[in-house]
Amino acid sequence: MKIIVAIKQVPQRDSSLRPAASGLWVDEANLGYEINEPDAYALEEALQLREKHGGEVIVVCAGPERAQQSIREALAKGADRGIHVETDAVLDTLQTATMLADALRDETADLILTGLQSDDLGYGQTGVVLAELLDFPSSTIIMQVEIDVDTLRVRRELEDGWFQNIEMPLPAVLTIQSGLNKLRYATLMGIKKAKSKEIRVVQPAAPAASTAVIEKVYAPQKSKQAQIFTGDAKTAATQLVEKLKFEARVL
Amino acid sequence: MSVLVVLEAGHRMAGEALTAGRQFAAALGVPLTAATIPADLTYTADGFTAAYEAHARATNPALVVFAHTYQTRDWAPKLATRFRKVLISDVIAARVDSGSPVFVRQLFQGKLNSDVRATGDGPHFVSVQAGAFPPVEAEAPETISLTPAVEPRQNPEKPFRESTRAVDLTAAPVIVSVGRGIKDEGNIPVVQKLADALGAELAASRPICDAGWLPMERQVGSSGQTVTPKLYLAVGISGAIQHLVGMKGSKTIVAINQDPNAPIFEVADYGIVGDLFEVVPALVEAVQRAKS
Ligand SMILES: Cc1cc2nc3c(=O)[nH]c(=O)nc-3n(C[C@H](O)[C@H](O)[C@H](O)COP(=O)(O)OP(=O)(O)OC[C@H]3O[C@@H](n4cnc5c(N)ncnc54)[C@H](O)[C@@H]3O)c2cc1C
Repeated sequence: MKIIVAIKQVPQRDSSLRPAASGLWVDEANLGYEINEPDAYALEEALQLREKHGGEVIVVCAGPERAQQSIREALAKGADRGIHVETDAVLDTLQTATMLADALRDETADLILTGLQSDDLGYGQTGVVLAELLDFPSSTIIMQVEIDVDTLRVRRELEDGWFQNIEMPLPAVLTIQSGLNKLRYATLMGIKKAKSKEIRVVQPAAPAASTAVIEKVYAPQKSKQAQIFTGDAKTAATQLVEKLKFEARVL
Repeated sequence: MSVLVVLEAGHRMAGEALTAGRQFAAALGVPLTAATIPADLTYTADGFTAAYEAHARATNPALVVFAHTYQTRDWAPKLATRFRKVLISDVIAARVDSGSPVFVRQLFQGKLNSDVRATGDGPHFVSVQAGAFPPVEAEAPETISLTPAVEPRQNPEKPFRESTRAVDLTAAPVIVSVGRGIKDEGNIPVVQKLADALGAELAASRPICDAGWLPMERQVGSSGQTVTPKLYLAVGISGAIQHLVGMKGSKTIVAINQDPNAPIFEVADYGIVGDLFEVVPALVEAVQRAKS
């Protein structure tokens, strides 16, 4: 089994985010980065599938130089090698998927996993677009993966607590939903080993012009005025309970 | 040239897609059309993509509009890719500016907004967020029924539900819901005490259930339960759209969060900006005093 995991490096959760001076993206000064959460679940699933079926796990990440930290982190968790598609631009999903497809075409993957959406752009489609560009079948919002020789059986999450099992041939692309497994931590040994693992750096072809151009990034306008209580916890709590009892009448 | 609305058979958001389509068609000054694949024809990504690709090539719409549902996520990006376009997904507003459509979509799970311009020739592809374009009473456009005609690679089985739910959150008049702000499984008693003081059911955002800190059946949101209690307290929950769709119909919403810019405050009636580990115990005391 050759399993490829596409990961994205995104600003750390709970980062304080401000629009950049250009107004075209966020101010990246002082931001820390991490592996996009659903992608971390995709990586874990790949590692577990390798434990069951043998083979190789390759992580691929498109991003600037700092993306290599995230690739190293994935290698420390147990991925065998990395591919870094080096690009500084904030790309749309078609541009990203095109670069990933170009970098992966010669890898003859059996299975490609990625998270169902990114925590930054949140388009939720890079995996599906990648599948289309490689002419692989795909399925999304996946909560379980089973492989029997060259058939894949996956559990797709539907809305309101419904699920559906789907079979399809390999090779295929799946987009993984958070929570389908338990994430592992990198061990000290893993971190040490990761240092000597290969990261192939790919310089992508210049992308075609975007047809979905971000013109402005801004703080959302507050439309609803919640009554906010500040100050010390005790005073705020007392004020809130008063309101709930006498204004909202829900206590 | 037209605006084509894709109607997902039997989905509650079909009316919202039509509202959006109607609005976009008026702004662009083109007619509104709609298409659907009947519910008795099995959904596959390959089948739906091929059917709509043929229809879009034949009719050449300026804009194809979807509701941002789980099914849309599964195939609409494939369709857009066949036209070398991005699916401008999960949009919350739109306008036409200098002749081309500009869509508003959220970044970072609702913490920031962005204006995205669809450039170049159509068709463009856009999906709309739940709740952003409420359905209205209006005449439906002519709706064409399509039939998937390719052999799909996916072979889907019948949808099922995991198990009958032991907890019915929909019946609870008061819900205390906890999110990732609780930080650790060992802190769950902090919010359990508040639920006890209020006589409330305890619920959670998805990451709490993913981590196994509370059972799946207590999850509120698009992949959990949809609740409308008279009082919903969101504790350490940021307010991502997938959570909001499950609780924003609650009569009174209280948010407790240390981030004054957390999107949850947008749907809240009352809020406390502060550390939940100080606020929640103080609230337990205040509730006990008020009730005694
Ligand atoms: C297809 C799909 C389906 C999904 N379905 C669901 C669903 O059904 N339900 C659901 O909830 N989510 C769902 N999600 C996930 C959703 O997008 C969010 O990731 C999730 O709701 C975030 O949970 P949270 O608010 O608890 O965590 P976070 O977004 O991490 O927010 C934690 C909040 O806690 C605050 N905080 C931290 N420490 C403290 C403190 N000490 N005191 C006070 N506040 C603090 C932070 O300021 C932050 O606002 C789904 C996602 C997808 C893509």
